[in-house]
Amino acid sequence: MELTIWTYEGPPHVGAMRVATGMKDLHYVLHAPQGDTYADLLFTMIERRDHRPPVTYTTFQAQDLGGDTAGLVKEATQAAYERFRPQALLVGASCTAELIQDDPGNLAGSLGLPVPVIPLELPAYQRKENWGASETFYQIVRTLCLPHAPPPTWRRPPPEGRRPVCNLLGPTALGFRHRDDIREVSSLLDRMGVDVGVVAPLGASPADVARLGEADFNVVLYPEVGRTAASWLKRTFKQPMVETVPIGVGATRDFVREVAGVAGLDADGALEAVTTRLPWYSRSVDSNYLTDKRVFVFGDATHAVAAARVASEEMGFKVVGLGAYNREFAREVRAAARKLGVEPLITDDYLEVEEAIQEAAPELVLGTQMERHIAKRLGTFCAVISAPVHVEDFPARYSPQMGPEGANVLFDTWVHPLMMGLEEHLLGMFQDDFEFGNDRSPSHLAAARPSSTNGRAAEAPPESEDLGKEGATVAASTPAAPDGAAPEAGEARATSTSAPTPAGTELVWDDEAQAELRKIPFFVRKKARRNTEAFARQQGLTEISVETLYEAKAHFGSR
Amino acid sequence: MSGAPVSTVGSSPSGCQDLPVLKERGQREVFCGLTGIIWLHRKMQDAFFLIVGSRTCAHLMQSAAGVMIFAEPRFGTAIMEEKDLAGMADMHEELDRVVGRLLSRRPDIRTLFLVGSCPSEVIKLDLAKAAERLGTIHAPRVRVLSYSGSGIETTFTEGEDTCLTAMVPELPEAPADERSLLVVGTMADVVEDQMRRIFDALEVGPVHFFPPRSTETLPPVGPGTRVLMAQPWVNETMAALRKRGAVRIPAPYPFGVEGSLAWIMAAAEAWSVPRDRVLEVTARARERGTAALARYRETLEGKRIFFFPDSQIEIPLARFLRRELGMRPVEVGTPFLHREHMGAELDLLPADDGLVLSEGQDVERQLDRAFAAGPDITVCGLGLANPLEARGMTTKWAIELVFTPIHGFDQAGDLAELFARPLRRRGLLEV
Repeated sequence: MELTIWTYEGPPHVGAMRVATGMKDLHYVLHAPQGDTYADLLFTMIERRDHRPPVTYTTFQAQDLGGDTAGLVKEATQAAYERFRPQALLVGASCTAELIQDDPGNLAGSLGLPVPVIPLELPAYQRKENWGASETFYQIVRTLCLPHAPPPTWRRPPPEGRRPVCNLLGPTALGFRHRDDIREVSSLLDRMGVDVGVVAPLGASPADVARLGEADFNVVLYPEVGRTAASWLKRTFKQPMVETVPIGVGATRDFVREVAGVAGLDADGALEAVTTRLPWYSRSVDSNYLTDKRVFVFGDATHAVAAARVASEEMGFKVVGLGAYNREFAREVRAAARKLGVEPLITDDYLEVEEAIQEAAPELVLGTQMERHIAKRLGTFCAVISAPVHVEDFPARYSPQMGPEGANVLFDTWVHPLMMGLEEHLLGMFQDDFEFGNDRSPSHLAAARPSSTNGRAAEAPPESEDLGKEGATVAASTPAAPDGAAPEAGEARATSTSAPTPAGTELVWDDEAQAELRKIPFFVRKKARRNTEAFARQQGLTEISVETLYEAKAHFGSR
Repeated sequence: MSGAPVSTVGSSPSGCQDLPVLKERGQREVFCGLTGIIWLHRKMQDAFFLIVGSRTCAHLMQSAAGVMIFAEPRFGTAIMEEKDLAGMADMHEELDRVVGRLLSRRPDIRTLFLVGSCPSEVIKLDLAKAAERLGTIHAPRVRVLSYSGSGIETTFTEGEDTCLTAMVPELPEAPADERSLLVVGTMADVVEDQMRRIFDALEVGPVHFFPPRSTETLPPVGPGTRVLMAQPWVNETMAALRKRGAVRIPAPYPFGVEGSLAWIMAAAEAWSVPRDRVLEVTARARERGTAALARYRETLEGKRIFFFPDSQIEIPLARFLRRELGMRPVEVGTPFLHREHMGAELDLLPADDGLVLSEGQDVERQLDRAFAAGPDITVCGLGLANPLEARGMTTKWAIELVFTPIHGFDQAGDLAELFARPLRRRGLLEV
């Protein structure tokens, strides 16, 4: 038994719903009690879908238990078939129905409907949403494609005298920017001279899925959902799979090379299809301040690993934390974390993530909606890079994460909050000017400090009250002011000669030091405070003066 | 076309008492009773609601209460896993461990509710026994109670009913010779305060509200207790209070000027306060309410409205909209119809030609009826709203009617606004 307050993933049948809802002419009969219909609103409200998810819930009640819940499955399946006339039916159970063991897949199969009935076994007490989506997609592909499978000895001929064709696998309903990624990657492939055959599950009908085997190769856009099916297609239809996820400039170039390789195209020519502003914007001198910005990355494994690469190689940030909530892909995250020299965080406990973020003291968090809220509580900036999604992750405008345009979007959305931070600082600087007025709050973020409604606030390190009251004095000239910032915690040992101050001892900042601290831009002030105090403790000090502040800055450097 | 809002209540000969009710059974597009936690935990700020359930329960709470993600809330889910399902003994030990950790982290908690879910009910996990055991362990600091919010037993607001029912045995005994008023069903604090001021002016009292704002001061109950139901869904709670000697004051629900007056008047009568005194005390509030409603009449009058079942509040709202704003209910669906507790409302709701009262749900067939009826506005859950809007129908989210303060004279205008806004908005949009 595990105490959970917020979850990154829903139950596996919600994953199945993401697949079913993304597809056309498919219907899902879910053996479930009333209340499980809540999942419909994920699609109609968060994604603003204009249709109900194609799901029929059998809606059994307490009085039915021990009676004929199996009969309900048959009735509901028959009625759903007659009403919706789908090309194929998915039949499965939610967590409660799993316990009553009616075997809905078999019951539905026994009705002799004239369309394929695909039974789903999604163990709700072991697995979660992404796995459910992956398994559902795999079962659909397997059931619908198997009748068209070639003999095992068959060899796939290369595409001669025509453009190569690929499928895009993995996008679903309620996916993070899947809608726009498909368009962006399709257009990139088109410029390379590659046609897209079927995109699935999002937008595909069962008939479309049945012809997946006709393409020359498969592109796995979202491994969390598409990899299992793609591996089966590789074995069965001898379709190579492209596994590089084209998020960021480097990965997009790698993707193009990989596609060119399997499609038999000239890679150098194909690379010309990648034109994006990110490299130049990153080199432009105004981006200098981005150097070594501390970022904490957390999300689904695919997006987190990709974001970490973009952050370190394309934005010049320093990745101070990397993690993912989906254990199935922990290997990829561990490998990426090792490369970056950080400890991988594999957990679906958001309190643990919050602690890790607090510990790493990043200047920017790249995470999910959950991390956005954590960052808000901690007064840190955040950009969202991964599901779980919220309504603002479905922008009206075209906003892919993948391909050349995706790289542009990443640059804008990650830099924007930092730019806001600069602006806040400037506002703070001019606060004493008569146009601004002294009592004006520098920003919408000024009110943000570690929330006391958070039950654990009492355990958190005491951020002294004055930290919340942003700069009352004229501040230093530029954001590069004495921010005494950003060492790894471990660096703080070298010069210590005297005995360290015991951990419990209260450190006192004298008035002058307090005033000096307030001159530091608010977004690095907390860090400056922490570093100075760490330094003071090493030195065995109990009182902090302006001198201590600057000695700490000299000790840690100005990064 | 009806005239100005009726300011007195009489049983109308053309009420809905004899209208046949369409009873349906099929797919229900409603929340389960766990969702009640979203307002109950806000009301009783020293209580924690621990759902014993599955990942689905946790995901439901998160999806339904998504906006409150900012804080560590006073609810959570003990998610059962494969290894828990293997043996029942382990399950109770696991629960003790989870509760122990939770309570040590949250010293502010005075009452812990163990909330049963579909899976915990299906495996017959005895949460009453667990509550008793945990209550002994954590006494006197924390009281531990249990109730079911499972979807196989409760629909949406019935979760509040089962929660309050579980609290009834905990209520202290009221002095036998003391007459007191107990208002049952969660209302916003601000509305409670308004009601209290009116009852004070009428010298009706002492007045207690249930659920209380703090579980450390539970309202007393006894043979002198007179109960006003503030929400139509506290049916089982009423039955439990009756067993403690309390007596229900029959009344319509306090929605709109007419409903609010009738509700207060019913209590006043029980205290033998003269009718004129009630009219005098409520005069200004009624005037304000009537004036506020007048502004919405133009938008709402004659508009046809279709209610999908959601919270049991549908019939009282249809009565309000029909009688005070001139709207035309087409179908009024309710998840459950309690004939006695809905009696005054059924008397008041005119049985207009073609009106359908329905109980339970088969969502597909109800959608067919809604499409055929082509109402001007449809009240439905969040899963249906956008798909209906996409077909050109104007909708009102039913859930807002539960989360917004809508009771009483001073909220009558706000209540009308909830229905008027979607219609006004549709009129505004040119693209």
